[in-house]
Amino acid sequence: MIPIELVTDTAKDLMRKAAIEIPQDYHEGLKRAANSEDGDLASFVLQAMLDNYEAAKEDGCAMCGDTGVPRWFVKLGNEAQVEGGMVALEAALRRATGEATHSVPLRPNRVHPLWRTDHNNNVGIGAPEIEYGFEPTGDWIDLITVHKGGLFGTDYRMLFPSDGIPGIKRFYLDSLLAFGKRGLACQPAIIGVGLGGSKDISMTLGKRASVLRTVGSRNPDPKIAELENEMKDLGNAIGMGAMGFVGKNMVIDCNIEVGYCHTGGLPMSVHAFCLSSRRAVARIWPDGRVEHRTDPDWFTPYQRRETIDWDTVREGQK
Amino acid sequence: MKPREIRLSTTPTADALAELRLGDIVYLDGLIYTAREGVYTYALEEKANIPLELPSQSAANFHCSPAARINADGSFDMGAVTATASFRFAKWLPEWMAKTGAKLIIGKGGMSSKDYRSYFVPNGAIYLSTVGYGTGALLGRGIEKVEAVHWNERLGLAQAMWVIRCNRMGPFIVASDLAGNCLFERENAKIAQNIARLYEGSEPAVLKRYGESDDRSEEVI
Repeated sequence: MIPIELVTDTAKDLMRKAAIEIPQDYHEGLKRAANSEDGDLASFVLQAMLDNYEAAKEDGCAMCGDTGVPRWFVKLGNEAQVEGGMVALEAALRRATGEATHSVPLRPNRVHPLWRTDHNNNVGIGAPEIEYGFEPTGDWIDLITVHKGGLFGTDYRMLFPSDGIPGIKRFYLDSLLAFGKRGLACQPAIIGVGLGGSKDISMTLGKRASVLRTVGSRNPDPKIAELENEMKDLGNAIGMGAMGFVGKNMVIDCNIEVGYCHTGGLPMSVHAFCLSSRRAVARIWPDGRVEHRTDPDWFTPYQRRETIDWDTVREGQK
Repeated sequence: MKPREIRLSTTPTADALAELRLGDIVYLDGLIYTAREGVYTYALEEKANIPLELPSQSAANFHCSPAARINADGSFDMGAVTATASFRFAKWLPEWMAKTGAKLIIGKGGMSSKDYRSYFVPNGAIYLSTVGYGTGALLGRGIEKVEAVHWNERLGLAQAMWVIRCNRMGPFIVASDLAGNCLFERENAKIAQNIARLYEGSEPAVLKRYGESDDRSEEVI
């Protein structure tokens, strides 16, 4: 049984870490970008961002004043049990979100869409979002918090099979150009592309591709992995860098996730995880161990399974 | 070539503003205040009295809401500060400038050159963009003191009017000058030369959308 107090305390730690510390994989990616950048203004911006990561860490203060909209991804091993059950888990994550908003402090970004009511704690109707995944074995839970910005850089389009890969590339370029100008997307970013699913799942896949996969990871389908490389290079060939200034670093990495869709369609979404790619991950074990890591490791073979039963696949691999 | 770095007062003289060139890096000294849709609506549409002497105390309007808290004893803790996208505030800015004498509009992404020419230039004002975005922790180091927060009970912490004393707060980038030139549009024009090559051989999507433009030299703001 995983103690609920440990869930709350770990969640508060994660909220702080996500706001203050740039994940190592993105940090390395941005350093490479800064080294290769030759646009005068774009270079200045990238160096300022690298300085800003140091300042945030030294001062224990959020990297960016817009601390995004905190949300949670929870992964449970099949045997995991949380003290008080799943309702207690959700209350713990909401409590940690509210308390960390005050203690870090974070910006209380969450308001009612119509009445603009702000509880000053990033908690409200449907906020923070809590989404779940499961793994076939294990008695641990993974807590992943992501504080993504919310206004620009994301778009959705219903494409069709006849649009094909060229249509996918076109909509990708459209999204980067539309939101890259003036740096609205806060690039260079981890671009997540969702292909397939239904409309909403296409958005979910793309969002998760940007926030739950690390820089340098590749889709296990070799042809999709090749497309990820091509689209990364394509984004960086626009000639646009940080803040929309002339430059060659728009995309730190491009991650693609797919899901089966209606036979007639090819829904697509594009998401940009920004210069303050706020994510933090920890695994909690029933014996009280807490292991922090950078990689959410969300997209396991189980999450991408194609068959009815998982056991069948495992048996086949033996 | 490295950009120039300049210290500027938040109640700048016309001469100091005339010195600035697009792409200069600026660090600010003096009082700034935050104002975005909440403050604009309350002050301009509901005619609330602005709780500061403007522009004598400050001519610098920051499109920002900080990551901050008000402590139980009434003191403030402010960590990171970064800007929010300014183009959404074009609806209120002409009246705000006329009323407050703001000379420095500080935010994210700038405005269009049309905005600059129609009300920035006549008011002798320029636009400073934050860098990144955003260098919240670096800007936080420029906070000498949080002087006050106004209207937080009515508007919430994120939309309240924060008054901040700055000491070398920056970096900011000069994104418009007194002639109304626009840094972002200058950069867009350079990048636009590449667009045709980028889209070579690409066909429009099978399903169109109302209001759609295929001219990628246009902006969405």
